[in-house]
Amino acid sequence: MSSLAVQKVPSAAGTTGATRGRPPLRSRIALVPTLTLLLGAVYCLLPVAWVVIASTKSGSELFSTFTFLPGTGFTDNVKDLNAYRDGIYWQWMGNSALYAVLGALLSTCVSAFSGYALATYRFRGRETMFNVLLAGVLMPPIILAVPQYLLLAKADLTDSYWSVLLPQILSPYGVYLSRIYAAAAVPGDVVEAGRMDGASEWRIFTRIALPMMVPGMVTVFLFQFVAIWNNFLLPYIMLSDDEKFPLTLGLFTLLEQGANTPALYTLVITGAFLAVIPLVALFLVIQRFWSLDLLSGAVKS
Amino acid sequence: MTSARRTSYGVKGAPYAFLFPAAILFALFFALPIGYAVWLSFHKVKVSGLGLGTGARKEVWAGLENYTDSLTDSELLAGALRVLGYGCIVVPVMLGLALVFALMLDSEKVRLAPFTRLAIFLPYAIPGVVAALLWGFLYLPSVSPFYYVLDALGLPQPDLLDGGPLYGALSNIAVWGGTGFNMIVIYTALQAIPAEVYEAAKLDGATPLQIALRIKIPMVAPSLVLTFFFSIIATLQVFNEPTTIKPLTNSVSTTWSPLMKVYQDAFGKGDIYQAAAEATIIALATLVLSFGFLRAANRRNKRNVGQGGAR
Repeated sequence: MSSLAVQKVPSAAGTTGATRGRPPLRSRIALVPTLTLLLGAVYCLLPVAWVVIASTKSGSELFSTFTFLPGTGFTDNVKDLNAYRDGIYWQWMGNSALYAVLGALLSTCVSAFSGYALATYRFRGRETMFNVLLAGVLMPPIILAVPQYLLLAKADLTDSYWSVLLPQILSPYGVYLSRIYAAAAVPGDVVEAGRMDGASEWRIFTRIALPMMVPGMVTVFLFQFVAIWNNFLLPYIMLSDDEKFPLTLGLFTLLEQGANTPALYTLVITGAFLAVIPLVALFLVIQRFWSLDLLSGAVKS
Repeated sequence: MTSARRTSYGVKGAPYAFLFPAAILFALFFALPIGYAVWLSFHKVKVSGLGLGTGARKEVWAGLENYTDSLTDSELLAGALRVLGYGCIVVPVMLGLALVFALMLDSEKVRLAPFTRLAIFLPYAIPGVVAALLWGFLYLPSVSPFYYVLDALGLPQPDLLDGGPLYGALSNIAVWGGTGFNMIVIYTALQAIPAEVYEAAKLDGATPLQIALRIKIPMVAPSLVLTFFFSIIATLQVFNEPTTIKPLTNSVSTTWSPLMKVYQDAFGKGDIYQAAAEATIIALATLVLSFGFLRAANRRNKRNVGQGGAR
């Protein structure tokens, strides 16, 4: 129907250069889809817009002025946050970065090794190993976290950086993605050619296969980075010393205390705003040269 | 000759060497904890005498006692029902929205697609705790813009954090956080459909709606199954959102969802044996439900052979 309209319009609109071939607005823009998507975008941006504005309000403005009216207290709020327990907020932010960067790096390495092995070699137990690893996805995190806590307690490792880092290195979804990417990106005859030239398996992997797998590995890294940065349950169970808390847990404890003292609300809100910035910035920067589609295991053939 | 043999040995051993780190981590942080949890679930502590001294507390075999206790525990059952109600809102609404947005993104002549796609995906980058915190404040009458508007218009102001609306309020947080990711998964599948498939339908005069319903949705059925599968698992394991909302309202108990009950029993009451049995039951329920769903979906797919399933 719309293609018919496109064909008709030019003949009706005459032949003057600029307007020639330009159908009317209604058929140039699909209104219903565009409006629906805009509504969705508004819904998704609303809480973010709210926290941006709320973080600029002083304690009294928060409860007295209209929600979407900017306040005057942003610098004071940040100062208060800096002063809270000697700037422990920034310690939390640093901890989150440490857990997420280191954890995601290690996780990407393990996923790359496993995905490459599962995709390029034919060996006994391959499918079994893959399926067993994948079954890990189905495990409720708490059925793992509680006994992990008890076992780490026996090794005297709870309430340490290790207790949050180690359990998150193996990511079943990361292995799954890596296998898909390795299968798509590394041709079998290239590996075979390397072998003919007498290169060792390790050398073939690091010099030939790994460079081909880089775009996929960036995705695995991002996925795992977000998963660790956003994780709450594991640190909630493992940690009691708030110097080692990641942001999620720190903000939660701040909210728990703030529930009884609304004066802390501005701290929580400012903290939440600053916590949102790093990941949003990361995605805004990275989406220029990386496609979101990769996240769902899409491979260009 | 010897070198050739060494090479072939190297090739044979290589995949196992590459998989070694994953295998070790799996054994230490998946298999061992699961085994330990199952072991715990069949034990209990027996206190002899006054419970003092080193030998006074002993772990003894409990048989199925912890399981029968859990299955007859009304609070665990109530939690399961609450999560079921919550899931009945979250999964259809979230996937419905994700599908609609994905189809809209895929339609012709849509404007601002890159911006809206990124905006709808954005909540994925926001931690569940922070999301719950943001929405929690938006639900609070003293700071919420919704209440401000309702108040200005003189309309009644419902309590969003109690009773029935609480389910809506909690579901909304999950829908907000999860729609974008699922939209991307479905959209990626839509993009993989070759354009020729639509051409014939278009020549026959099919409307975009007909094309969406008759061609696109059946073609992305495998992705829908996958997103459904992961959504069910995520819903059964809900923990962060109600835990975060809890300080803001009295209506969320410490045992609101089954996972919160496990946490409460393990660390609040200190009964790790009971908690282990509950965790095992939840894991089994998850397995049965998710595989049951996959089998049902597969059977349906087999009936419509030849549609989709390109992976």
